[in-house]
Amino acid sequence: MAKDERTSKATIPAPEPERAKLNRELAQMLKGGVIMDVTTPEQARIAEEAGACAVMALERIPADIRAAGGVSRMSDPHMIKGIQAAVSIPVMAKCRIGHFVEAQVLQAIDIDYIDESEVLSPADDVYHIDKTQFAVPFVCGARDLGEALRRIAEGASMIRTKGEPGTGDVVQAVSHMRLIDAQIRHVVSLRADELFEEAKRLQVPIELVRSVHESGRLPVVNFAAGGVATPADAALMMQLGAEGVFVGSGIFKSGDPAKRARAIVGAVTDFNDPEKIASLSEDLGEAMVGINKDEMDLLMAERGK
Amino acid sequence: MATAVLALQGAFAEHEARLAELGEKTFELRSPEDLARSFDRLVLPGGESTVQGRLHEELGMLGPLRERIVDGMPVLATCAGLILLAQRLAAHDDKGTPRLATMDVTVERNAYGRQLGSFHAVAEVAGVGRDVPMTFIRAPRVVDAGPKAQVLARVNGDAVAVRQGVQLGLAFHPELDQDLRLHQLFLSL
Repeated sequence: MAKDERTSKATIPAPEPERAKLNRELAQMLKGGVIMDVTTPEQARIAEEAGACAVMALERIPADIRAAGGVSRMSDPHMIKGIQAAVSIPVMAKCRIGHFVEAQVLQAIDIDYIDESEVLSPADDVYHIDKTQFAVPFVCGARDLGEALRRIAEGASMIRTKGEPGTGDVVQAVSHMRLIDAQIRHVVSLRADELFEEAKRLQVPIELVRSVHESGRLPVVNFAAGGVATPADAALMMQLGAEGVFVGSGIFKSGDPAKRARAIVGAVTDFNDPEKIASLSEDLGEAMVGINKDEMDLLMAERGK
Repeated sequence: MATAVLALQGAFAEHEARLAELGEKTFELRSPEDLARSFDRLVLPGGESTVQGRLHEELGMLGPLRERIVDGMPVLATCAGLILLAQRLAAHDDKGTPRLATMDVTVERNAYGRQLGSFHAVAEVAGVGRDVPMTFIRAPRVVDAGPKAQVLARVNGDAVAVRQGVQLGLAFHPELDQDLRLHQLFLSL
């Protein structure tokens, strides 16, 4: 059997052209919202009740993946279906970088968004998934503009910072957001005839560099992720230009998840109002115990460039 | 005067951009203090209806907004906004999310399923014209429009645009397409 026959057989029919637009537009509906990691239907209901705009269904939150070590994979579809049945907001799930069959499985169970995520163990150390072959939308992590635009070229319809998941330490998300923003400002400042060299330097298609040059932003919605643990962390990311926030371990690793979840949602809505954030930050109980990146052996942000 | 665009969560910036193209002044309604600013029109944008309902409840903005709508302030409600405006939600779907409940319609949330059910259509809207582009993202469906509500457009038999006096409720997202006719209709109300 020819190689191309095999791949074409395995994939679901190519999505209609308007799919890419619809998928970017779902991300637009999530803006100004908080996407929360949940591991059970009960947690999903707490997240929805607290005002999450979507949930990420996974078996173990990043902090526990980090603690457990070993290989971490896509979650059990049965577990994801339980969460889909529990809430009416969009349900996302993670597949391993490059593992297009895990992505096919997630599409087959009608997931709303796939996160091709460095939090799981990469399945391919060279190639990401060709996301243009899927009808379902993808979100991918990025540390800089080159990574973000490469993922978009591959078909991602939403970007998030990689940050450093499962740490409760926001420093990496901050530096990724600032770097992407600075690089966008640089691209905007270039002359039109300098964009070719910039595309070469960033290792991305010239059309995407032109789009950034003209619009002054990524062509898709950009959220913050990785290490957000407090309402102030979430508002910090919003003030730095994030259009919404993913909170992984920060909520269900804390003392009072429901209250902290509500507070982070409120801080993302009113990210420019310090008095409001102050009152939201009161009496939240214990935040997750953080780990500093210098104390870690595994930097997840190094996965998939 | 200006149009207040509810900016708790979702695609509010897109509405502001469309209205700016038509020369309308807008500002973002984020907290009860913003209600003191002067505005004579309101946009309820798309987003997640449960999130928006929850934030409304916390901020206590539903009561004052409802009063102004009942007093005749024009309102454009899209997708999640339509859910806020609906008097009734389909029985299996009603989680008791707080709403404005000023439009005589019954709405079913996520009526076309998950994201794979999202779609684009083109249809005629009464009083607006033919070939209006319509983007449905995890869209709600108007399952019943009462006598006070007038159906302006249907797609596959489902009512997708409903008008009741100066309230305009849309199951889709005119702010995501370049066609400005529905925003023009809103500004003429």
